[in-house]
Parts: sequence; C-alpha cells; structure tokens
Amino acid sequence: MTTDSQVTIIPTQRPPEQPARLVDDFTPDLIDVGAHHLCPGCGEPVAMRSILEAVADLGAVQRAIAVFGIGCYTAFSNNLDCEVLQALHGRAPSLATGVKRAKPDLLAFTIQGDGDMVNEGLQEVIHAAARGENITCFMLNNGVFGETGGHLTATTVLGQRTKNTLDGRNAKDHGYPILVSNLLAQLQGATYVARAAVNNAGNVAKARRMITRALEVQLQGGGFSFVEILTMCPTGWFVETTEAPDYLSDNLAAVHAIGVVKDDGG
Amino acid sequence: MTRVLMEGSEAIAEAMVAAGCRFFAGYPMTPFTEVLEHMARKLPTHGGVCMNAESELEAVGMAWGAAATGTKAATGSVGQGLSLMQESLSEITLARIPLVVLNMARGQSDYYQATRGGGHGDYRHLVLAPMDAPEAVELVQLAFHWAEKWRNPVLVFGDYYLAHVYQSVDVQPLDFGPLPDRSWALDGTSGGSGRAKLLSPLGDVKQRDDVGYDLQDYYLRRAAETAAMVEGEPPLVETGYLEGAEVVVVAYGTPGKYVRFAVQAMRADGLPVGFVRPITLFPFPTEAVAAASAQARAVAVYENSVGQMIDDVRLAVLGRAPVHFIGGLTLDSSGFGIGPDNDVAVIRSRIEAVLAAASADAANSVGRSRAIREGASQ
Repeated sequence: MTTDSQVTIIPTQRPPEQPARLVDDFTPDLIDVGAHHLCPGCGEPVAMRSILEAVADLGAVQRAIAVFGIGCYTAFSNNLDCEVLQALHGRAPSLATGVKRAKPDLLAFTIQGDGDMVNEGLQEVIHAAARGENITCFMLNNGVFGETGGHLTATTVLGQRTKNTLDGRNAKDHGYPILVSNLLAQLQGATYVARAAVNNAGNVAKARRMITRALEVQLQGGGFSFVEILTMCPTGWFVETTEAPDYLSDNLAAVHAIGVVKDDGG
Repeated sequence: MTRVLMEGSEAIAEAMVAAGCRFFAGYPMTPFTEVLEHMARKLPTHGGVCMNAESELEAVGMAWGAAATGTKAATGSVGQGLSLMQESLSEITLARIPLVVLNMARGQSDYYQATRGGGHGDYRHLVLAPMDAPEAVELVQLAFHWAEKWRNPVLVFGDYYLAHVYQSVDVQPLDFGPLPDRSWALDGTSGGSGRAKLLSPLGDVKQRDDVGYDLQDYYLRRAAETAAMVEGEPPLVETGYLEGAEVVVVAYGTPGKYVRFAVQAMRADGLPVGFVRPITLFPFPTEAVAAASAQARAVAVYENSVGQMIDDVRLAVLGRAPVHFIGGLTLDSSGFGIGPDNDVAVIRSRIEAVLAAASADAANSVGRSRAIREGASQ
C-alpha cells in the first residue's frame, strides 16, 4: 500500500515565490466552508462542485433553489452559498415541483442519492418526469446506502458486496438493480436524461457538460431534465480509496452505462 | 354583503382564495374530493396553481415547496390521507413553514391525529374545528393568518357534513391584523451573498465554523417558538346555558351544533343542562371547560368516535365531577360517519340519562356529604 513519497521539498532558505494557498482557493465560489466531513475518496464532493460550478457559470446563482434529499451529501445543505430547501428522504422532486410551480422564474434542482430517489421515493421522480415538470433532478448514484455504512440499494449491481449482502447481491434473493436513467428516458415528459460519472478527469468534464445541458433545458422552459452521476464510495464498497475509481468503471458503470440517454431539447 | 347558497366544500375553497391561498395540492378522497375540485376550478382564475398530486405524499410535498417560496399554500385529505402526510407535516413544522391543512374527516375518529399528531418530534399544530360552513369561512381564513403569524401548520378539522351541506354564506376577505414580513421565504436572491437562506428541519442558519448543524441550538429555539405560539393564541370556545347547569355537555364540530340544539330544546323544557363547544381543539379550551364544570354535577362528552376528546375534558375537569362518554362511533355502510347516532333525539335521550343519574346521585349523597362537611368543621 505504502509507496515512496513524491512530495516536492519546498526550499525554506528563501522567501516563497507565490502566496500560500488556502482551502478556499480550491473550493468553488458557492461552497462557504471547505470542510465537508465526507470520507476520503468520496465522489459526492466532486459531483456537488460540478453542479455548483454549472449554476454559477449559467449566471443563475441568485435564482437557484437547491432541494436536498437525505444522504451523505446532505452535509452540503449546510454550507452552500445558494438557497437550500431541505426535503424528507425520498421527497425532493415534489418539493421542487411546488417551488417551480409557485415561482416559475426560479431555477429549481434536486440533489438525491440512489437510496433516497430509487428506494425511498421512486414514484416522485417518475411522476415529475411524466408531468414534464420544468425542474432538474440530480441523482448521486454510488449503489449503496453510504450514510448507514454500505447497505444494499435498488441500484446495487449484481455481485456487489454490501453489509446486508455479504456474499454479493444475487438476483434470486435480492432482485435486479433498477436503471433509473433508462427508466425515465422512456417517459414522454422527460426531455433530457444522462448518466455521468466522476471517477476520472475525463468523466468529470463530461459530467459538467451534462449538468450544464440539463440546467439549460430548465432555463429554456424545456421540461424535465435529469442527470444521474455515478460517484465513488470506497467506504461503502469496502475497497481502498485509490481503487474506488476503477471499481466504479468495472462494476457500477458496467451496468449503469455512462452517456446521454435522451436529449429532446431544442 | 352577498349571501350565496353553496356547499361547504365550495365555501371552504372560496374562503381559501379570499385568504390569499395561491397554491393547493391534493389527491381525491371523499369528502375531501370536492374541496380539490373547487380549488382546481377556482385557483387558476386567481393566478394560482392547483396540483393533482400522484398521492398524498406528493401533495404535501408540493405544498411544502410552494409554501417555502412564501406562497400561501394549503393541502389536505381525509384522516387516512393525512396519516400518509404525517412524516412531512412533522418536518414542515420543524422547518417553520406556514401551511394550512384540511382534514375533511370521516366521523370524528381523527381527534388524536389532529391534536397529538401522528408524526415524529416535538411539534404542535393549531387545530380549528368549524361546526358549519359560515363558521368555516371565518376559521379557514384565520388558519392562513395563524399559519403565517406563527410560521407553523394550522389544521382545519371538518367532516362529511361540513363538506356536503349547502348553506348560504358570505365570503369576504377578513383582516386579522398585521403579519410579520416573509424574509424567511426562499426566492433565490440571497444566493452568493455569503448568507444564503436555508429552510430545513435541521436548522435555519448555514454554519460558518464547519461544525455542521447545531441541532441542540435549533431544537431548543424551535421549542421556545412552539411554546410562544401555544401561549399566544387563547383557545376559542362557544358556551351556552351554563347558568345553573347540572350537566354540561362538551362536543365539537358538526356534532357540536347538534348538541347545542338538543341543549337549547332541553332548557326550553326547564332541564338544567348547558354546553361547551371547543372551536380550537389545540390549544384546548381547558379553562372554559374547568369553569363550566365547577358547579356541575356531571360532565357529558359527545363525539363520533369511541372517545378521544374525552381525555382533554378529563384533564380540564380534573376529577371535580364525573365525566361520562355519551358519544360513539357513528357507523353507516358508507363509512362517512353519517349514521343514526348523529341525531338530536338520540343525543337528547343520552343527555337526559346523564342528568337523571346525576340527580339521583345528588339525592343519595346529600345526607352523606352534609355529614362529611359537618365532620370537617368540628
């Protein structure tokens, strides 16, 4: 595990050539507090950052309402510098619907995990999509209940070990994973549906484009838009932090395929 | 003043619109269905939105989201549908979001649900129980005022009769006084300011010291606000014929009107009975019930359930007089609580039985209590 350190030795005999960089220098404008207390190697901060950067780039910060579900990512509901409405576990799409219908000029988007959206409240997103509700739903999919410590969700792939499927998920006992993006894409009311991942730089860049596109669809009044973002959860997958990005490609993304599933927007 | 004949459901819908309600979401279930129908027709013509939600879970969620933007919002159902909504109602209350909730109940079996709540956490809802459409027109508007004044859900507890009986009503916007500003409401504009707003059951301020939510601080402040609300709204109550009443009958909602009529008729016949009709079920008019029962030989409680409000009556009477249950489940094949018990003649005969027993008890105990009093003074 331990490898030789590659840390650059900073010479201390002369003054620094550039000012010291602080944690705020690395965080996007809309995150007030750099520390999020999520596990090392977690993909959710990268996904959150991508969403916030997209909101900021679209110039929509002062009309944005983020509706949060309940999961590890809920830590961010407390330190985002955009307005936040906290929902119950599973219920964010109906709250976002109420926000958007009451104030159509706002940019309403939800942040949910796979446990929140697919287990607890699947009908919410299906009906929001079917209505063509002009909101954007983001689902951070790591295939486990991360906050409880790695338990089976409806998106856990076959063979994946979780704390309540110790020998791996098998179809006979635990059924098959739900591929939410593919499910939603079949609905007439869904305008844009895409599945992204944040396990390497290329995928993060692609995720940013998908997120931006989804938000643009809403800003243009185009109807329901959805981006599923596969995120690493080394803690809940019981793998080394460094192995998590590859575990995502080899397992999660092998079933939940990355790409734009549907784009009916103008 | 223009009085128009309309069914209770429409009167309630008109009152909501008059109170400024511009968002409504619901799922059909009789006798709530008609309120939803009227709102679906009326709200769009007033620039509002009515959503036909896929279930009660989403109905309350949609109302929650709309209310969070400072839009006056309402939802509702029957007791069964409200059971589904309880989890959200708890969280909405903890997040301090104003909302009006209708329970167009079947019978009166939801008193516990309404006053104790079926959800988690330390929360309270103010509960108003109109006896008929004209009273509902006022109380529904008061509900919107209270919801915003206290930033707390307010429940209006009706029933099948209230929903379906046609009465002539005059719906005018009522002014209950000034309200605090809606600076808490989300509109996006605080984004990027360094103090973007948060509406959450977990807290109302973003943390600046990376400690996460301070639940201890928030829950204690929330509890203090609940206490202020409970103490800040004196209970509403109607009383009648209490002078010299030997039996006091307590009833609320539609049955309260039947009981009032029965008591009025009994007084006309010279029988010493009075009534108390709680209008707010929470806060319960404890002092009014206590005062009414101070000189009474017995208290009788009439409700269309197996006896729920009777707990609050007993807490008010505190043993000063026997408390008898004279109500019961009003059963009919429809399940709507419109069975044969809800009948003035039936109610009167039950009150008469309590009165007869109390008079007999009094006659038997006169000698004994005189002896006790004399013994005490020696």
